[in-house]
Amino acid sequence: MTLLLLLLLPFLGCVIAACMPAYARNREAWFAAFIALCGLLLTFSLYPAVSSGIVIKHELAWLPMFNLNLVLRMDGLAWLFSVLVQGICLLVVLYARYYMSPKDPVPRFFAFLLAFMGAMQGVVISGNLIQLVMFWELTSLTSFLLIGYWHHRADARRGARMAFTVTSIGGLCLLAGVLLLGYIAGSYDLDTVLASADVVRAHQAYSPALVLIALGALSKSAQFPFHFWLPHAMAAPTPVSAYLHSATMVKAGIFLLMRLWPVLAGTPEWTWIIGTAGVCTMLIGAYLAIFQHDLKGLLAYSTISHLGLITCLLGIGTPLAMVAAIFHTLNHAIFKASLFMAVGIIDHESGTRDMRKLSGLSRLMPYTATLAIVASAAMAGVPLLNGFLSKEMFFAEALLVGPSTNWWMSAAAVLMGVFGVAYSMRFISVFFGAKATELPKQPHEPPRWMRFPVELLVLCCLIVGVAPQLSIGVPLQTAAASVLGERLPDYNLAIWHGINAPLIMSVLAFALGILLFKVLKYRFNLLQSIHIPVLYRFNGKQAYESSMLILASSAARLERLFSSRRLQPQLFLLVLAGLFASALMLQAMPDFNHAWSVDNVNLPFAMLWLVGCTCAVCAAWQAKYHRLAALMLVGGTGIVTSLTFLWLSAPDLALTQLMVETVTTVLLLLGLRWLPSRISARQMNLVASNRDKLRRSRDLVIAIIAGSVMFVISYFVLLHPANFTISNFFLDNAVPGGGGTNVVNVLLVDFRNFDTLGEITVLSIVALTVYALLRRFRPAQESIGIPAQQANQVDPASRQTPAEQANSGYLLIPGIYLRLLLPVIGISAAYFFMRGHNLPGGGFIAGLVFAVGMIIQYMLAGTVWIESRLKLNPHRWIAVGIGLACFTGLGSLLLGYPFLTTHTAHVTVPLLGEIHLPSAFIFDLGVFAVVVGTTMLILIALAHQSVRSHRVPGTQQDNSTAANREIR
Amino acid sequence: MELTIALSIGVLFGSGIWLILRPRSFQVITGLLLLSYAVNLFIFITGRLSVNKPPLIIQGEVVDPALYADPLPQALVLTAIVIGFATTALYLVVLLGSRGLTGTDHVDGKERDSEE
Repeated sequence: MTLLLLLLLPFLGCVIAACMPAYARNREAWFAAFIALCGLLLTFSLYPAVSSGIVIKHELAWLPMFNLNLVLRMDGLAWLFSVLVQGICLLVVLYARYYMSPKDPVPRFFAFLLAFMGAMQGVVISGNLIQLVMFWELTSLTSFLLIGYWHHRADARRGARMAFTVTSIGGLCLLAGVLLLGYIAGSYDLDTVLASADVVRAHQAYSPALVLIALGALSKSAQFPFHFWLPHAMAAPTPVSAYLHSATMVKAGIFLLMRLWPVLAGTPEWTWIIGTAGVCTMLIGAYLAIFQHDLKGLLAYSTISHLGLITCLLGIGTPLAMVAAIFHTLNHAIFKASLFMAVGIIDHESGTRDMRKLSGLSRLMPYTATLAIVASAAMAGVPLLNGFLSKEMFFAEALLVGPSTNWWMSAAAVLMGVFGVAYSMRFISVFFGAKATELPKQPHEPPRWMRFPVELLVLCCLIVGVAPQLSIGVPLQTAAASVLGERLPDYNLAIWHGINAPLIMSVLAFALGILLFKVLKYRFNLLQSIHIPVLYRFNGKQAYESSMLILASSAARLERLFSSRRLQPQLFLLVLAGLFASALMLQAMPDFNHAWSVDNVNLPFAMLWLVGCTCAVCAAWQAKYHRLAALMLVGGTGIVTSLTFLWLSAPDLALTQLMVETVTTVLLLLGLRWLPSRISARQMNLVASNRDKLRRSRDLVIAIIAGSVMFVISYFVLLHPANFTISNFFLDNAVPGGGGTNVVNVLLVDFRNFDTLGEITVLSIVALTVYALLRRFRPAQESIGIPAQQANQVDPASRQTPAEQANSGYLLIPGIYLRLLLPVIGISAAYFFMRGHNLPGGGFIAGLVFAVGMIIQYMLAGTVWIESRLKLNPHRWIAVGIGLACFTGLGSLLLGYPFLTTHTAHVTVPLLGEIHLPSAFIFDLGVFAVVVGTTMLILIALAHQSVRSHRVPGTQQDNSTAANREIR
Repeated sequence: MELTIALSIGVLFGSGIWLILRPRSFQVITGLLLLSYAVNLFIFITGRLSVNKPPLIIQGEVVDPALYADPLPQALVLTAIVIGFATTALYLVVLLGSRGLTGTDHVDGKERDSEE
């Protein structure tokens, strides 16, 4: 339970932090610190159990049928990393309170930071491999957001993109590797996988799994050759660099390697892949760090180098190397976080991080300088500080690699030490020398509490360095034991082991390192050099950028090759593909020996469709030059369709089709006004070119084939005997289960009401989209003027507003009738709605009927007149409708039934008698409101354009009269 | 009856296909309307044709499926009709916007060299 809380707390905090106001810098920081502190205390409360060797587990059923559960698992290693994640987060939050400028939007920062903490916590305490990968990707995502926090800066955006691309490609590899590993072990549960180590190593899929997992881990931990993303991630705010890119996220790769060490390590492949990557990374990183001019850049490369050291230790693969790796992970997190924060202070107070400009800072900010010097001494591995101890252990392990004549590993280790000393010297050189004069700001000591996290971490460096066994001995041993199990070696965390080979190596590294720095500084003008000797050619960033460029350009080429932005070819191919698919289907058709009988042709029905088909064909013929005629003809087909529904026992469909036909026609009529006038080719004496004729013939052939195919399929379907598959269920249960006799309506509002909920949601979204699109509508210049029909000077009606026409003009009599019609239509809508459950009707039909009633009023008297008397607010109708439908669904949840369960009640009301009142009724009311709202919103928004466009400045219209004109 | 409706679906579908292959946006919207009639009718007839058998249960009797039309395609088509209206509206607005922005009602946003 504690584990679950530990995991959920940061995410909860993330949501709350995101909702705080933008200026609440103090509140945000206190809140985030509180969350981190709670996490830390929770972690500490688990210590007694963890230190006694118990593995705490918490399982939640997730997909039990696939044997996948949400497993939280805390052992010694996870505990140590948890303390690191929570503890450094606490310090970083405190630090960020002072670091972030009041102009920065802090809610976003703290929300992302907490989300990252939760993701990292998830990685650390996952007891299931797939779950681990999920949290792993979440850390990549939050890291992306944090690096790109200052998204107005190009380098931040680019750095974020680069980090995300590299780590998420690694994450995909990891997922593949983990799937392989789970396949080999037979389970994704960590304990099972750890227990089947021998099976895994002997399996033939071991090598691919290892390579894939190594790719994931190495890219996350910025190992060679993926190291290049880390320096670019330094565009993030410094607290982020301190937290993610030195202390925690980059350690996720290391953590994974440690976690899977018992399973994967101990083979030559492991040593070669992991060891080689580690050695290359630590040398290259340390070497490049010397030549940086940016303080954060130096620290970034140094981080790469130290991560390489840890990877190298893991690659060596002896139990003692594992202890050293865990120990160094901890030490590095402590001193590197403090160094980053110190650099942040320098940056914050002096306005620059350029080592070429900075000097003599120890006199300007003595406390910070002392702290930074101590921390960088720990980084260099000076005795009595924590870095020394783990480095000694590394040297000792390096000596043991290979046979005694094999000394290359020891040489590499010493070389790393030499470089480490050199870049640490370079780092602290900013504190000495003459006082810098040309700085953007005059540096001074930071606020007391901004320095506090650095002080605390440096104190940790000292404590661990002086009394290692006392301070860190037990947790370290627990962590090592949780990985190594019975193979835990004897070791002694002491400062003084006597004069031995590692000590001599350390001394040698110091002497050579100081010498190297002096030589570089005075002979090779290190402080001003632009090129990095030897290695400047190997530019990972360049390789990344060019591969991204190649990827993008080849994708564009492929797109040009295989696709078109033109609609006509796309539709043409779509139709061809459809025909091809149906050709395949025709082959698989069963044989029919029905004769093509014309016996049961019902003559009136055939005549009806003769009209319908003629309308359709004529519409197809006339749609180009005679839009209004085509629209009427399509309407004719619609009416025939509606009649067909009525004929063929579907009264609900007939009503719906009729109403939709009406509103669609009004809709298209409103649109016609904005289309260009088109004069037929014959009137203009144009002759179609041969190409056009060819295309038309081609399309005609395709249309005829498509129609014939549709006919054949329809006819075969109709001749095929009916098989009521699930329909009988609905027929049988409509009355007993749904309490309504109109099965179609019961289906819509009861059996399949979740579908209907989805559908009305889609309707609302479409209506709002239409509304939003129309808000930015810019009509074509030639359509802006008043249409010729309305501008007729002879017709006296053209000088009247629609309201005048309807109230006193030529529309007076229809106006009176149509206004009287509104209550009649309203009553019909109510009638259709009320009887919907038992007889044809229901929310959809009633909604459409009501909307048509309203639209008639609009058409009669114009928008201005109607809206000055009646505020309809279609948005509210939509909101109320969706709300009603959802709350009806939630109501059944309250009573302990699944979402949207229907209940039927019979209420006796005076005068009206017993009323049949199912909860589906309220749902249907929601449907009604949504249908009214969407229809009105779409049509009114479109109608408003005509009123609005005359006010567009720059038109020649006389504004005073034009403003009065409306669409009718 | 079967022959009539199947033929009609074919004619409607063919006219719709012809129209959606045309270059003017109004032709395409008309084509989509015709196509939606054809497809709705097709879905509807998968429940087979039945005359005078509306799916309104007569209460108090044992339900005999042979006495009622198949309600399932009807429910599907009912929602399809309403959604069809919404998509038509959306297409119309996109059409008008494109016409305003590009100055032409060609579906590709620009006239081809040879006018059709």
